[in-house]
Amino acid sequence: MRRLFLPLTIVAAGMFMCAPFLIDGAPYESTMGLVQKIFYFHVPSAMTMFVSAIVCGVASAVYLFKGRPAADRLAAAAAELTSVFGIIVLVTGPLWARKAWGVWWVWDERITSTFVLWLIFNAYLLLRKYGGPGSERLAAGLAVFGMANVPFVYWSVNVWRTLHPKTTVVPTLQPGMRGPFWFCVTAFLLFYVLALSARAHLEARRAELETLYLDIEE
Amino acid sequence: MNFVQTVWLVVRKDVLVEARSREIVYTTLFFAVACVLVFAFGFVNEGRPVTDAAPGILWIAIAFSGTLALGRAFERERQNETLRALMIAPVDRPALYVGKLAGILLLLTVVEVIVVPLVALLFHAPLFSRPALLAALLAAGTTGFAAVGTLFAAMLVRARSRDVLLPVLLYPITIPVIIAGVRGTAALLQADVDVPMARAWLSMLVLFDVVFVTLALWTFEPLMTE
Amino acid sequence: MAPDFSSVTLTDVTRTFGRRRALHRVSLHIRAGELVAIVGPNGAGKSTLLAVLSTLLQPTSGDIRYDGLSSATAGPALRARIGLLGHDLYLYPELSPAENLRFFAGLYRLDNVHERIAAALERADLADRRDDAVAGFSRGMRQRLALERALLHDPRLVLLDEPFTGLDDASARALRDRLAGLRAGGCLVVVITHDLDTVDGLADRALMLQKGRLMELLECQGSLRERYRAALADAPPPAAGRL
Repeated sequence: MRRLFLPLTIVAAGMFMCAPFLIDGAPYESTMGLVQKIFYFHVPSAMTMFVSAIVCGVASAVYLFKGRPAADRLAAAAAELTSVFGIIVLVTGPLWARKAWGVWWVWDERITSTFVLWLIFNAYLLLRKYGGPGSERLAAGLAVFGMANVPFVYWSVNVWRTLHPKTTVVPTLQPGMRGPFWFCVTAFLLFYVLALSARAHLEARRAELETLYLDIEE
Repeated sequence: MNFVQTVWLVVRKDVLVEARSREIVYTTLFFAVACVLVFAFGFVNEGRPVTDAAPGILWIAIAFSGTLALGRAFERERQNETLRALMIAPVDRPALYVGKLAGILLLLTVVEVIVVPLVALLFHAPLFSRPALLAALLAAGTTGFAAVGTLFAAMLVRARSRDVLLPVLLYPITIPVIIAGVRGTAALLQADVDVPMARAWLSMLVLFDVVFVTLALWTFEPLMTE
Repeated sequence: MAPDFSSVTLTDVTRTFGRRRALHRVSLHIRAGELVAIVGPNGAGKSTLLAVLSTLLQPTSGDIRYDGLSSATAGPALRARIGLLGHDLYLYPELSPAENLRFFAGLYRLDNVHERIAAALERADLADRRDDAVAGFSRGMRQRLALERALLHDPRLVLLDEPFTGLDDASARALRDRLAGLRAGGCLVVVITHDLDTVDGLADRALMLQKGRLMELLECQGSLRERYRAALADAPPPAAGRL
């Protein structure tokens, strides 16, 4: 992973530079016009956020049941990124909503549920920060519960009619839109993987430093 | 049978301890009633109560007073470190969780017996048009809330800032429960009662309960052992 | 049923709490019929060591075996043979002594509950207060009750954290006799104490914990107290070795 990091970063940067051009070239959506194009960043961010939540949940489960510190570090990194991508989703969403539907916020299930998920992973970060020693384990428990909530979150949109485009919008995309969309998804996921590994690596270094401090204190 | 025996012992002990001082019951009850009143003042318009607010206020009162009760219940175990004595006993640890959960559910049932009629009264809300369905919603919702709450309160016993961290952790996770509870109750309050909708929300609550109680049983031991 | 083990072995046990290392590579071997006294300044890690021995705490690294079994594999059956009297007494203040003992007797699945409780209350000299809430008891009374609670199930590994606190002379003497009896009966007894005179002559070995490291108090002239003072006055503690 270490050796690939720099080349992949360049690739990701390149993809993000190309993205606007691809998005520009994509056809306009019939009803919403130009504004709809925020979808190319909004939806991949949402997908990345969910992926990150699941990564955090799985890593936390591994840490909780197998006790591997590397899993805990990965979980901490993933939680932070869940929060970051959550911010992106929760900012681009209302921006789109304002232009498309005239209001900044609607209390439909998906927006609300994404917000809730974001809150859960922020709670994770608060717990790690303020819970005192041993809070890594407790945070892992929270993350597992948070991840178990994800299906309830995703499922709720299919129970109710909502203003939000249904989840099945992706397969019904016009052919011209599919290319840029999946390109953006790839770009976001690549960026996510890079950020995750960098952050986890930082945590590993920090843990090493802690051990060294402890040894010196003897 | 060991599991059930342990659960029974823990519940009996909790009821006995509570019966002596009655502190948690009285304070939680009082707090729930005060909660309802405070919210009522926010929603009563020119002397006429906003009936639509009734489900929300009911479930918020349950959530808030539940959190308080959970905090107090585990603070009690923390004071003499009796939770350690329980952990060191040769019992199935998940049984301790179920025992504590049962105790909290008993307490919240007592609270709801008082608060539900109170809300119906204050908000002119026909909460008792479908008593069975309402009871089922309350049972499933309270169980979901308490299941997650008991686990979190137990695992936070040894953490710093545990008083503020319990609500911080608990409320986001139990939002689906509150939503389902409120929507389900609201469906029952409509002029033409929407039974299928209420049933749908009830099903979601039951599913939530099953998933999260199982998860709690599974994670109780790793979370409680240091 | 439950394994009656005859030795406890700690190997290089370290226990860290965040940035604080409470135990540093502690190695220890205790045999049945031994009474080990653990002494040391405050904050040395004595209670942590007891917690690790009792399976309440997992070591951060290192190993602990009860006759070759680890606590993970042995599970509840192992805990049935361990008795712990902690610093906080593990009593429910709202309940009476009889109710406290009955609850724990139930948890430990003991038989002859009635007789056991009666005998325990007799020994603790609390028979006349058996139905009063523990909240109203003095420290000494609670200490005696807590001790009986810890020993109610006839544990094999007896772990006592400052058991002489708050005891008057008569109770302290009774406790000494009790400990001698346990030792003679083949139990493994570990006692943390500040009151060095009480375990003088009773303990087979005395170990000192300082800053998480364990060292044996050397055989030399004088009482335990003198040996302890001498050890404390020494320069940095020696490297941890097998004891």
